[in-house]
Amino acid sequence: MPVNVNSDIVFKVENIEKFFGKNKVLDRVSMDIHKGEVMVIIGPSGSGKSTFLRCLNRLEETSAGTILFEGVDITDSRNDINKLRCKIGMVFQQFNLFPHMTVLKNITLAPMRLLKLSASEAEERAMKLLRKIGLEDKADSYPNKLSGGQKQRIAIVRALAMEPEVMLFDEPTSALDPEMVGEVLEVMKDLAREGMTMVVVTHEMGFAREVADNVSFMDNGLILETGSPAEIFSNPQNDKTRKFLNSVL
Amino acid sequence: MENFSEKFINNFITDDRWVYLFEGLKTTFVITFFALIIGVVLGFVVAVIRTSADKTGKLKIPNAICKLYLTIVRGTPVMIQLLIIYYVIFTSPNVSKVFVAVIAFGINSGAYVAEIVRSGINSIDSGQFEAGRSLGLSYLETFRFIIIPQAFKNVLPALGNESISLLKETSISGYIGLMDLTKGGDIIRSRTYEAFMPLIAVALIYLVIVMLLSAGISRLERRLHAGER
Repeated sequence: MPVNVNSDIVFKVENIEKFFGKNKVLDRVSMDIHKGEVMVIIGPSGSGKSTFLRCLNRLEETSAGTILFEGVDITDSRNDINKLRCKIGMVFQQFNLFPHMTVLKNITLAPMRLLKLSASEAEERAMKLLRKIGLEDKADSYPNKLSGGQKQRIAIVRALAMEPEVMLFDEPTSALDPEMVGEVLEVMKDLAREGMTMVVVTHEMGFAREVADNVSFMDNGLILETGSPAEIFSNPQNDKTRKFLNSVL
Repeated sequence: MENFSEKFINNFITDDRWVYLFEGLKTTFVITFFALIIGVVLGFVVAVIRTSADKTGKLKIPNAICKLYLTIVRGTPVMIQLLIIYYVIFTSPNVSKVFVAVIAFGINSGAYVAEIVRSGINSIDSGQFEAGRSLGLSYLETFRFIIIPQAFKNVLPALGNESISLLKETSISGYIGLMDLTKGGDIIRSRTYEAFMPLIAVALIYLVIVMLLSAGISRLERRLHAGER
């Protein structure tokens, strides 16, 4: 049984479906994500886990089902998706920092535009976050001057500067050189420790085992199994989960 | 050499004939400058509509209008467009010819700028767009702060070329009776019955301006990329 960290539900996903053309990539997927929970989604490539994550902030439109975020339906186009996205941070595999802006500008743009912070308030917030990850000296650098690990840590900070309720991570370490994976995972672990609600799609089984409250295994657009890391990794119930874990561990 | 200076004096000094070139150059500048502004504004608007329509499947009617505009403007000679706008659309003799030329060249240039900018927008990785949207920025805010500044940088060399083409294309303004630089040279030729001096002078002036423009654009390019590359 999934561990219930806290009774407040942040995301209530019910029976969502998603097609790419005729291809069904999500098949009636449901999931509850509670406040403070770290949910890690694992599964083979093409299983639909990234698509699922991208549905949570409507970067992908669903074909059916509902996604309630703090009780508001994300999939309903009458709801102001921009307002909702302010509370849902996202980190991408390819970092997607804005190359034409300094690190500081990358971080302060959205808080200034959307939260109406003054420049000095936004910069103060940004510098505080940068200090936390030890990159305050990079504030005036452009992204191309940074290593992959630094870029991803700054991308995390950029999302955090909006003070979101939940953070989505889409394979945040998959584009990194192996020696840089650790520094990014370290930032994510700190975040989890501070009680951030996180939904993480990753291939880092070590991270899943150590940090996750719950792990979901996805295959072919279906969630086949959800449980605590101990249950999933030590005693998987589903044959496909077992097969997958054998191939990656 | 004697002959050369005599010809020079006859073509440019006598009766202050250089004033034709000077006044013509001023007109050429005015037309190019304002047509370029119209062209860039129009081009960006059309490019954003076109790419938004391609991306989202919305804006069907504006997109159709933009496509029609691009087809007509890019499918007909700019001289015919100028003549139509002067003789068919602005039939009143009171309308300023410079104004007509600015409108005609601006509309013409807008079509080329639109396609340049569209290619620039399409060259930006879709992850940039997603990153902007995921932070909560609206579609237009994402364009304004994330996509357009990067696209602009990428297409700056092409826009520079377009401004150079535009400057040279304005040399047909004489067809609606405007005295631009080319026409100024023509007037001198009709006074002195000499072709070499006025035509070479006009050509050299265009050449110098184009070279200055190119130099200015590469400086701007370097400045925009400063620190980033």
